[in-house]
This record gives sequence, C-alpha cells and structure tokens, in this order.
Amino acid sequence: MRIAITSTGNTLESTIDQRFGRCAYFVIYDTESKAVEIIPNPNKVVEEGAGPASVNLVAARNVNKIVSGEFGIKIKSMLDSLKIQMIIMKEPEKKINEIIEMLNH
Amino acid sequence: MSPRLKVLRKVLNPPVIKGFKPYGAEKSLQDSIPVNLLYEEYEAMRLSDYDMLNHLQASVVMGVSRPTFTRIYASALQKIAKAFVEGRQILIEGGKVYFDSDWYSCRACNCYFNNPEKEKPIEKCPLCGSNQFDKFDTVDFNNEIHDNPSDVQCVCPECGFEQEHQIGVPCKKEVCPKCGKGMMRKEKKNCKRN
Repeated sequence: MRIAITSTGNTLESTIDQRFGRCAYFVIYDTESKAVEIIPNPNKVVEEGAGPASVNLVAARNVNKIVSGEFGIKIKSMLDSLKIQMIIMKEPEKKINEIIEMLNH
Repeated sequence: MSPRLKVLRKVLNPPVIKGFKPYGAEKSLQDSIPVNLLYEEYEAMRLSDYDMLNHLQASVVMGVSRPTFTRIYASALQKIAKAFVEGRQILIEGGKVYFDSDWYSCRACNCYFNNPEKEKPIEKCPLCGSNQFDKFDTVDFNNEIHDNPSDVQCVCPECGFEQEHQIGVPCKKEVCPKCGKGMMRKEKKNCKRN
C-alpha cells in the first residue's frame, strides 16, 4: 500500500504540511517495500486549481491514502471518486518519520 | 443574463439502484419517457423520510439553504407522483451533486479519516492501527449553521501578514500592505471543518 504525506521539507525530519494542495513536498511511502520517495510539489505557487492538480500528481503514483492537515472542498469529492482515503492530522509539529512509524503499527 | 449558478449539493449515500420500473400495466408503456429523478432529489427524500430529519437539519447535511432543500424535496415528490400516476419508469441520475463519505475520528492518535469504500466497514484506524475510533459527524446541529465572517482572516503567503477579512471582498483580490503580493484566505482554528 502506498501512502502520500504532505511535508514542509524534503527530509524525514520535516514536519507535516497542514495544507494539501499547496504543500511544499509529498512524501510517498510504500508500506510493503518501506521505500520513501520525496517529490516537490509544483503546484505550491500556482494561483488557482492547486488542489485538483495535486490530486492528479499523487493519483498518478497510485497512492491509496493521503495524510495531511486539511483537504479542500474540491479535493474531497475528487478523492472520494478515486477511492483514496483521506487522513486528517491536525498536529503541525508531527514529523514525517513519526507518521511513518505510526503507519507501520 | 445567465441564471444564478446552483450550489453543489452534498450526497452522502448514492442510491443502490439506478431506478424503478412499473409492472402490470394494462396497456403497453414501453414508449413512455421515464421520469428523471436527480441524485439530489433522491438524497432529499432519503434524509427527510428515511432518516426522519427535519428540513433544516437535512439542508445542513446537503450543504444548501433550508428553502432550497424544500424546493428540491417538493420537486422529488412531484416527480415520483407523476411516475406513479402515469405509470412511468423512474431513472435516478444526474443533478448538481458531489459525493461525500463517512468520517471517523481516532482517539488514540487524534486524527480524522474517511471511509472511501462504503461497502467495507472500518476495523482499525488507518494511521495508528488502534480500534479506538468513533463515527465523526461532520455537521453539528447545535453549532451555528452559517460561517461567522469574523472567523476568516486574509493572510499573505509571502510574509505571513494577517488582516481582518472584508465581507464581500475576495481574499485573493486583497493586496498585502507590506510586500504587495496577493492575499489568501485563512480560517481561525476554532472554525468548523466542512
């Protein structure tokens, strides 16, 4: 299973980004191979439509779940139809490696 | 002038069937045009008559105003009556809707998550794996229904400058007085999730 986590930086020590569409980086974690891929988000600076563009970006990488601080109204319906699970983590201090540890439960 | 745009209606559970067919007709009804019941009309009927919510509660669930909900509901009744009387098929499709799923909250890791696969019930929290989760109602009927405008702030994405949101002026149209960049919307922490 592949899980995308929104991140403020490009290391595993970075904290979770509270926004989905305009987050700085996506960390894609594979629970089977334990592989981590970090991709910068090109939609961080676009004026409009950052959310749907980011959905397409992560959906192209076959993720099943997304962990972020918040999801916009346009994104929720898109992810619902793509059957991607949304996990809302309202703790801005949580580090990426802490979340990965939780996912390994 | 084009008419005012319709607000997207939220549908929690799409219907399990695509429509209804009449049976036992005295004369052939094969060529009759089916009645098109929209998804939002189906949902209005489900909330009002199956879940027994009142129109105000149901309108909050669907994300429309109470009068709009009543109009959707009245139109649903009218279409169903028409299909019954004229012996027509009912086709449930279309409408200006989006689908939402059920939400849960986990007490162990303090997160919220949804269930995109409606058929499969959630067994454990997808994040920490504990089973201490509850069904989370996105709509709290006791809370104020409308957004409080003072809950909204405009924030500059460049320097983080914040100012009180002016009602009627989109945050994107505001210019940051410090660095001259366009502002963005920011909601205060106590603002409800929707």
